[in-house]
Amino acid sequence: MSGRAWVFGDKIDTDVLAPGALMKLKPTELAKHCLEAIEPRFAKEVQPGDVVVGGFSFGIGSSREQAAVSLKVLGVQAVLAKSFARIFYRNAFNLGLPALFFPHADDIAAGDQLAIDLTGGTVSNLTTKRSYAVAPVPAQLRAIIEAGGIVDYLRVRQGGKR
Amino acid sequence: MTLAEKIIARAAQVSAVRPGDIATCNIDLAMAHDSSGPRRWAPQLEALGAEIWDASKVVIVSDHYVPAVDAESAAILKLTRDFVRDRKIGRFFDMKGISHTLMPENGMLKPGMFCAGGDSHSPQGGAFGCFIAGYGASDMLAIIVTGQTWILVPHTDRVIWDGAFGDGVTAKDVMLHLARTLGMDNAFKVIEYAGSAVDTMGMGERMVLTNMSAELGYDTGLIAPDAATLAHIRAHGGVVDDAALDWRSDARADFAATHQLDAAALVPQVAAPHSPSNAAPAFEHRGQRIDQAYIGACVGAKIEDLRMAARVLAGRKVSPGVRLLVAPASARTTEIAAKEGIISVLLEAGAVLMASGCGACAGMGAGLLAEGEICISTTNRNFKGRMGHNDAFVWLGSPYTVAAAAVAGHIIDPREILADAKEIAA
Ligand code: SF4
Repeated sequence: MSGRAWVFGDKIDTDVLAPGALMKLKPTELAKHCLEAIEPRFAKEVQPGDVVVGGFSFGIGSSREQAAVSLKVLGVQAVLAKSFARIFYRNAFNLGLPALFFPHADDIAAGDQLAIDLTGGTVSNLTTKRSYAVAPVPAQLRAIIEAGGIVDYLRVRQGGKR
Repeated sequence: MTLAEKIIARAAQVSAVRPGDIATCNIDLAMAHDSSGPRRWAPQLEALGAEIWDASKVVIVSDHYVPAVDAESAAILKLTRDFVRDRKIGRFFDMKGISHTLMPENGMLKPGMFCAGGDSHSPQGGAFGCFIAGYGASDMLAIIVTGQTWILVPHTDRVIWDGAFGDGVTAKDVMLHLARTLGMDNAFKVIEYAGSAVDTMGMGERMVLTNMSAELGYDTGLIAPDAATLAHIRAHGGVVDDAALDWRSDARADFAATHQLDAAALVPQVAAPHSPSNAAPAFEHRGQRIDQAYIGACVGAKIEDLRMAARVLAGRKVSPGVRLLVAPASARTTEIAAKEGIISVLLEAGAVLMASGCGACAGMGAGLLAEGEICISTTNRNFKGRMGHNDAFVWLGSPYTVAAAAVAGHIIDPREILADAKEIAA
C-alpha cells in the first residue's frame, strides 16, 4: 500500500498529537485534533494509507496512548522518524502502527508518494524514485504487529493457555 | 554491570544482561492512574476474559481528573472506584495526591525493584534505586495480565555533580540545564545521577532528578540508595534491609557516557516556551512579564518545594495583576505544610490554594490558561497547548524562581529576593 507523506520536524510531542484538554473525547473525536496545533489541515485531509514522517524524538512527552491511537484512527499506515520517544514507540506497535527508524527523513517532501515493505525492510519514494533500506523491527515487536496489536497478541496467548 | 542492568537481570531471573539484549522481566509493582488505567483496561479485560495476574501488586491512583470538573470526569472517577472494588486492587488512592508522590509517601518503592508505571513520569521513583519506567495503556494491560514485560536492555549514561549548589539553586535547575545540554533524544538509555552534590540532596530533590529524566527522553533515571534512601523508606512505613545498599553500579561498570559537572557553577534556570530544552539562566530572561504563577505537579509541589516557595513569599505579596496557584502534590503534603505554617505564608502572600492532584499540569484540571496568557510553572513540561489554550505560553522554573516571579510580576533570578528573604521556621 502506498500513501502520501506528511512531513513534520523534530520533537513532535504527545500534546500536539493528542491534546490533554481533549483527552476525555472518544478516540474518533480526539483524532480530529491530532497535530492541529501545528498543522490544522492534517486531521481534515489525511487519507488512509498516508505516512507521517518526523525528525528526532517523535512522540516525546506523555505516556498517553491516544497519541498513537489518533494516528491509527486517521488511517496512518506507518510513522517514519529519525528517532522515537520510547513510550510512543512501544505504544505504536502495541496498536498495530509500525514505527520505523528512518534517518533519511529529510529526503522526503510533503506529498511524496511512499510505499513501505515491512517484511522486506524497505521504504520506496515513488515520487523521487529512490528506495531506502530500514533497520529490521525487533522480533518481539514483529510478533505484536503480525497479531494486529498487543490486545490481539494477548488474546492468542490467552487462548493458547486454555 | 550498572545498577539498571543488575535490576533487569534480577527481574529476568538471569545472571547478567548486556545493553541491546531483550529481556523478559517479572513485575514487582504496577501503577496506573485514572486516565491511563481502569478506564482503558476495563473494556479490554472484559473482551479478553482475562484476570489480573496479581491484584496485590497493582496500585491505582485517581489524580488526573480530581476533583471532578464535569460529568465526564466524574464518570471516569466512578469507573475507577468500581474497577478497584470489583477487581480487588491492592492499593487505591482516591484524590489523595499525585501517584509519583504517593508511592514514596507510603514506602512502596525500594532498591532493586522492577516496577511499571502507566505514566511517563514514573521514573520519579528511580530516586529510590528501583527501575521504574513509563508505559502506555495497552502495554500496561499486557503487564497486569501477564505480570511481565519485555525490555530492550538500555545503555546507562552517568551524570556526576560534584561540589555544592549555591543558595537558590535546586534540582529543578539541574534538570532544565541538562534538558538543554543533553537534549531530549535519549530513548533506550537510562541516566544515573551521582556525585557529592547529589549525595547531599534530600529525597524530595533527588526525585526531581529522576522525574525529569523523562524530559530528556531517557527510559528512566536512577540514583543508587544510601542511608538517606533507607531512612526515608522506613520513615514512610516501608520495610527494607541494610543489604539494599548493595544495589549500585559496579566500580568498573560500562557507562555509555559520563558527564562530570560542577554544582557550584550552576545558576537558577528557566525554560522558555514550548520545550524544557529551551533552558537558560533566569537572569537572561529578567523582565519577562507573567499572568499566572503555578506551583504544582509531582515534580514541583512536594513539601520541599512548598518550603522553597514560602521562603520567597514570607512577608511579601503576589504582584497585582498576577495570580499564584498552589496545588500541593498530596493531601499529606498540605497537612505537613499547614503544621509548618507554610500554608498561612502562602495565603497571606495572596496565593490560591487548590486540591492535590495533577490540576493544571496535565491540562485536565483547574487553573488553565487563556489564549495569549503567560505562565511560569514548577511543572516539568511546557509543550504547546499542555496547560490550556494552544497559544498560551508556559515557562518552567524552580519553586524559588516561580515564587519570585509571582512577587516581581515578571521573571527574575530568585537570588535577588533570597538574598534578603526572611527564613521561616522549618
Ligand atoms: S502532575 Fe503533571 S507531570 Fe506529574 S503525573 Fe500529573 S500530569 Fe503528569
